[in-house]
Amino acid sequence: MWSLLQIEMFKISRRPRTYIAFAAISAIVLIFQFAFKADGSSYMNLMLQSVQDSFELDRIKAINGYFMCYIILNTLLVQVPILVALIAGDAISGEANMGTLRLLLTKPVSRTQLLLVKFMASFIFTVALLLWMAVMALFLSMAIFGVDDMLIFRVSGEESQILQIGADDVLWRYFAAFGYAAIALTVIAALALLLSIYAENSIGPIIATVCIVIICTIVSNIGVPIIDKNVKPWLFTSYLVGWKGFFYIGTNADGQPIPGSLENWPAIRKSLFILIAHIVILLGISIAVFRKKDILS
Amino acid sequence: MNVLLEVNHLTKQYRDIKAVDDLSFSVMEGDIYGFLGQNGAGKSTTIRMLLTLIAPTAGEIKIFGKTLQENRHEILSQTGAIIERPDLYQYLTAYENLSLFARMSKIKVSRKLLMDQLEMVGLAERSQSKVRTFSQGMKQRLGIAVALVHDPKLIILDEPTNGLDPQGIADMRNLILRLSRQMGKTVIVSSHLLSEIEVIASRMIVIHKGKKIAEGVVQEMLDPANTLVQLETANNMHALKWLQETRWANAAIQGRYLQLSMNREDIPQLIRYLGEKGMDIVAVQPRHSLEAYFLSLTNNDTHVEPFAN
Repeated sequence: MWSLLQIEMFKISRRPRTYIAFAAISAIVLIFQFAFKADGSSYMNLMLQSVQDSFELDRIKAINGYFMCYIILNTLLVQVPILVALIAGDAISGEANMGTLRLLLTKPVSRTQLLLVKFMASFIFTVALLLWMAVMALFLSMAIFGVDDMLIFRVSGEESQILQIGADDVLWRYFAAFGYAAIALTVIAALALLLSIYAENSIGPIIATVCIVIICTIVSNIGVPIIDKNVKPWLFTSYLVGWKGFFYIGTNADGQPIPGSLENWPAIRKSLFILIAHIVILLGISIAVFRKKDILS
Repeated sequence: MNVLLEVNHLTKQYRDIKAVDDLSFSVMEGDIYGFLGQNGAGKSTTIRMLLTLIAPTAGEIKIFGKTLQENRHEILSQTGAIIERPDLYQYLTAYENLSLFARMSKIKVSRKLLMDQLEMVGLAERSQSKVRTFSQGMKQRLGIAVALVHDPKLIILDEPTNGLDPQGIADMRNLILRLSRQMGKTVIVSSHLLSEIEVIASRMIVIHKGKKIAEGVVQEMLDPANTLVQLETANNMHALKWLQETRWANAAIQGRYLQLSMNREDIPQLIRYLGEKGMDIVAVQPRHSLEAYFLSLTNNDTHVEPFAN
């Protein structure tokens, strides 16, 4: 299995398309950083318009590395599923398209092993992508903008709220958020891998994955009570941005933030459970389908 | 010789279509076993079932005396294959492709082993070139190296000369003969080209519409007493009437020809007979004996394209 995984990672590393995702992330992050360095105060003025009378803060200090990373992740984690689908959607269909799938399957390797290796490779790619995001969005921003207390703008229904997290209480939250994002994006990878089994070219599964994510996201946010109650809790897209939960700091009876606390850990735990269940189910279906599939490509 | 591969009542059904229908045959150790049939006859489906790429609807496959389904890993580790085109990773070099598939075959891989293999197929000097820069013939040779790198006992080649130029076809034939005669490998080779099977195979099976219609030793099937002759006369209907009164009563009209199966040595006698009847003969075309055999097996409902090479 280890040897197979090495082979798979070697193949992924030699394909130019692998690096498109890293280049795209770099470009987006650098644009954000440049924009905020050049004119971050205008953005802060806009964000703080409604609370400027009741909230005193140093707007320059508010734009720090931690804040920048949060802003970037907020935007980027919506786009990253496309980048993950680019690799996972190609895992089986790409081999079928090249004609190498039939050669692979005439080797003494079980189909289950091959599929698990493809899944693991997609997972490693997803983690690598997130690590690169951490380097670019977090550490580079920390280097450019410095470190200070972090402000979070939270909109809940018609209420908007600003949360302040102490500088020494932020970093662990980012590690946890990136871990959560890795699991959330692995659901996308598992979905793309399943669709990849049915196709003989990469474009189909990649587009189908993105379409499913878009449709489920729309359904998740449709706001109709019957759907919110019966459908939304079971859609993985309802939990894709659950990483934000790590930045919602718990408060005491006086409304003061408690360092090191989370507002709603059980909700995060439940989200993680549902995401992992999605991964297990999608992977299980993929293995069952792939084991029985006639290779006609 | 021992039976190396045994197929019993193999069937593959896709909804209403039986791609392979109750097929049974056996391959002996050291054979070059030809798998002959027109395009769509069921050759590739059968070969894919031998390699576990397609699951049979019914039937049993035994290789090296063991059931394929239950001993897949063990059997595939001693089997090498090229299925139709030798598709490899275009963005990797020849060496990397070979190394990757060798490692998947679970053998100890060394640089020497890989370079020896590339040397054998004449690609050692291009070992660091990306496969996308290779010609079809070079890809085919690399495919052979991939199929042989783990020193398999059984080699399965599905249409190995597809897309090759005449020199490539000749090289491939020589290689297959060398694998069998010098290296003692058992080779199953499928083709829709009769001439190819005739030159290299020791035994063969003919399948048509998924069914076996003949199996045997190729030399026995090349019987000159079974030559297909196509005659074009001034009036085929009259010629047919006269022939039906003779020992060539199997004659039948096929398009603008009269077609009959006969001993090649009797052709001058046939021409004299029709001449004596005052029949003008426009053309006489003796077809290859194996071709005649094949056409007679497939009820003459085949077109001649499979033999045009």
